[in-house]
Amino acid sequence: MSAARVGVVTFPGTLDDQDAARAVRLVGAEAVPLWHADHDLRGVDAVFLPGGFSYGDYLRCGAISRFAPLMEELVPAARAGLPVLGTCNGFQILCEAHLLPGALTRNGSLHYVCRDQRVRIEQPATAWTNSFDQDQEIVLPIKHGEGRYVASDDTLAALEAGGHVVVRYLGNPNGSLNDIAGIRNEAGNVVGLMPHPEHAVEELVGAPSTDGLGFFTSILKNLVNA
Amino acid sequence: MSERTGNTVDSVRRAAGSPDEQMPFAELGMKRDEYDRVKEILGRRPTGSELAIYSVMWSEHCSYKSSKVHLRQFATKAPKSDALLVGMGENAGVVDIGDGWAATFKIESHNHPSYVEPHQGAATGVGGIVRDIMSMGARPVAVMDALRFGAADAPDTRRVLPGVVEGIGSYGNCLGLPNIGGEVVFDPCYIGNPLVNALCVGLLRKDQIKLATAPGPGNKVVLFGASTGPDGIGGASVLASATFEDESAAKRPAVQVGDPFMEKLLIECCLELYAADVVVGIQDLGAAGVSCATTELAAKGTGGMHVDLNLVPLRDPSLRPEEILMSESQERMMAVVRPDDIPAFMTICEKWDVPATVIGEVTDTGRLVMTWDGEVIVDIPPGTAADDGPVYERPYHEPVGQAALNADTPDRLERPADLRETLLRLLGSANLASKEWVTSQYDRYVRSNTVLAQPADAGMLRVSEVMAGAEPTTRGLALATDGNGRYAKLDPYAGAQLALAEAYRNVAVTGAKPLAVTNCLNFGSPEDPEVMWQFAEATRGLADACRALGVPVTGGNVSFYNQTGATAIHPTPVVGVLGVIDDVARRVPTGFVAEGLRVVLLGDTHEEFGGSEWAHVDHRHLGGLPPQADLDAEQALATVLVEAARRGLLEGSHDLSDGGLAIALAESCLARGVGATVTLNGDAFTDLFSESAARALVVVRPEAYTEFASLCGRHDVPCYGLGVTGGTSLVVEDVFEVPVAELRETHAATLPALFG
Repeated sequence: MSAARVGVVTFPGTLDDQDAARAVRLVGAEAVPLWHADHDLRGVDAVFLPGGFSYGDYLRCGAISRFAPLMEELVPAARAGLPVLGTCNGFQILCEAHLLPGALTRNGSLHYVCRDQRVRIEQPATAWTNSFDQDQEIVLPIKHGEGRYVASDDTLAALEAGGHVVVRYLGNPNGSLNDIAGIRNEAGNVVGLMPHPEHAVEELVGAPSTDGLGFFTSILKNLVNA
Repeated sequence: MSERTGNTVDSVRRAAGSPDEQMPFAELGMKRDEYDRVKEILGRRPTGSELAIYSVMWSEHCSYKSSKVHLRQFATKAPKSDALLVGMGENAGVVDIGDGWAATFKIESHNHPSYVEPHQGAATGVGGIVRDIMSMGARPVAVMDALRFGAADAPDTRRVLPGVVEGIGSYGNCLGLPNIGGEVVFDPCYIGNPLVNALCVGLLRKDQIKLATAPGPGNKVVLFGASTGPDGIGGASVLASATFEDESAAKRPAVQVGDPFMEKLLIECCLELYAADVVVGIQDLGAAGVSCATTELAAKGTGGMHVDLNLVPLRDPSLRPEEILMSESQERMMAVVRPDDIPAFMTICEKWDVPATVIGEVTDTGRLVMTWDGEVIVDIPPGTAADDGPVYERPYHEPVGQAALNADTPDRLERPADLRETLLRLLGSANLASKEWVTSQYDRYVRSNTVLAQPADAGMLRVSEVMAGAEPTTRGLALATDGNGRYAKLDPYAGAQLALAEAYRNVAVTGAKPLAVTNCLNFGSPEDPEVMWQFAEATRGLADACRALGVPVTGGNVSFYNQTGATAIHPTPVVGVLGVIDDVARRVPTGFVAEGLRVVLLGDTHEEFGGSEWAHVDHRHLGGLPPQADLDAEQALATVLVEAARRGLLEGSHDLSDGGLAIALAESCLARGVGATVTLNGDAFTDLFSESAARALVVVRPEAYTEFASLCGRHDVPCYGLGVTGGTSLVVEDVFEVPVAELRETHAATLPALFG
């Protein structure tokens, strides 16, 4: 079987695209660059929306990116089941595009924060977390100024009741409601999270952890079993 | 906003016809004799636009007129180095790091803007140095910052520091460059004159170096990036309003505003332009904007250039030509492009949404000619502005009171009775406390090549993954900056050498071989002979030390006038050292990485407390002489560290500097939460708190100790087994025991308590 093809999207101002592509290659998949201005998903099997400051994030984070030509292809594909992972700015874009509920707002501290963060896997039943155990505690870096997850009471209740909270902070770094670090959609193919698994995949560089690899091995497993 | 009327353009023709017209050269900071020289060069009075060009190009900032005679030593005394590919005088130096790779790096000050408007001042400082690195043909790969503030608890520090940190963070984070190190130092002498020195390092293939030159008549001159607005042109407004009766008198902001998103696009756009080979020469627009870029490109190329200033895209259509020439709008670059390559050039710019405009072309006339509304407003030999600025031999003499300062040694200070309390007091003092409050606001992970970052002794990057498809290499790049204003105040010659020695040592403790130097020389007014003496001594000391250690200066920056009234800052030469490690997997992490390792002190300790942290924290005392700079010992120590790392003998390391062995031990415990038990054999206070240079702490596996000790012996590096790592406390036998948790609490609490 040929290697799984994971698209990595670059918007103007995307920063972690090379990192994501490298992580995809590390687990043996093919990283396929996707350009924001193209109406073309290039036949990929899954899509990674990396972090950064798309369009400078001078408006609400992700508010412009959701209108990119590529997103016009990605949104219906995701609704139809294409696995999509958005991290950091990618998570913000998924929320703006209404593929995931809620919003990411300014950190409670009002400061950008970069640190190695302990989190708990709350939901292994997604396309991107099936390599993890229920309640497994891992370390991933976070680096954001606007990562405070907020949603209405009803939405929060529905997320909790449906098992849609995927990753929770241990030691809340930004004031996120219910310590939420990541969530999934109903079907489990779309996941958004503020931490950066792509910076925790090699011993030599990045965070002092390789726990991020699990997200990339998960999508491989998901695609093989699909 | 006033509308452009454009009726009275001060053209060359008009200038020739009105030789006696008063020009506001003094308001632009130009001396009478400098103005007379311009008239002599041109054979007439300059036009307003020409005066704008000469006044900014001959300013201290651009011409180095007060520092030039001293900076020459960096070239005349430069050690022989095979590694230097591009030396001083270009946008940044370039160093051969092996396997076909080259690194380019430079540090530059943005001190004054950061005091006026901390956020934008610091942000645009990062932006400016990044563009210098881009213009060498490199991909910028990391930044770091050397910062100095007034007393940590001073009200103005609470205004300046958070703004500076946020500015550096917001710009660097949005740009996607990891921030991998730097310094934060507090001293009352910096109140009103904070120092913001930004360093950037870039990587490129050796055969891809770009230079700021405009050769080839007929080649096009392209301005690309942000449009030009009224940023940072206070002086030009004076000129425009004086010449043109208030047409453009609107108050202009004196501090530039940064757009890191545009800079990120510029980086990616430039790298694609380089890869497509459609750039003949390139220059970033920094201080002096279009004036600097056009004169320097033309002077280094065929020699002539024709520019139509009406074609410069403006953010404010009321700008006068003088203002366009002096604007310091950020995120702009100027390229020289073959006519046939223009379509390809424009296509790449369009892909990245980067506006680009052809504004002129290279000529062989030997003149830089600019037109405005069809009239010639500039017609000068470009080299006279770019290279032939005034050179001053400023008078200097040793400061009155220097001898008394040196005679007031710390010998008279009362020694502490309780060394445990002394350790905790120092560890919790603003200068030695954890800087996590600052560094956690910077992204250190982006691009996933960060091997070491703060609080490691040096930042380190993996090289091979920087560019897709490039030849793989096992090499890594290490960088550190250091500088100690108190040492330099006591003895600027030794202080500059100690700054170099510490940065050099910080690179070596990670296992990297120091290769090259950049410097940012922060001083008071050069018109004060006592400050000028400090400058002369510091440059002499640094040049001598560079030669002794075999590391050439590749470039840097001078910042004068860091003073309020008659009170200057401590002379503060900040030195950056770049090193290379052959196999980045062999990097040596900072501190005690595991239990059961032998703790070894390298180098000798003398009773040296002049300018020390202990004297500063416990007695607010500054006097005597700084520690001796023993460059032979530094070199031997570095040789041992690099060789030991190569052989895999070192598990961890840490440089000894401010606060001496006591602080090095505490920080080593804090790195991974591993304690240690050590024994001293001399006077405990001196052993723990003296700041003798050329020392480092390492941890080695017990079975590797013999080999390591014999390596030290071969290089005459003193080597003392102090004890062993393990447990949850730092134990100094017969002196004190401090739980690592207590160290952490003390170390971590200070900055959050001060800055929230």
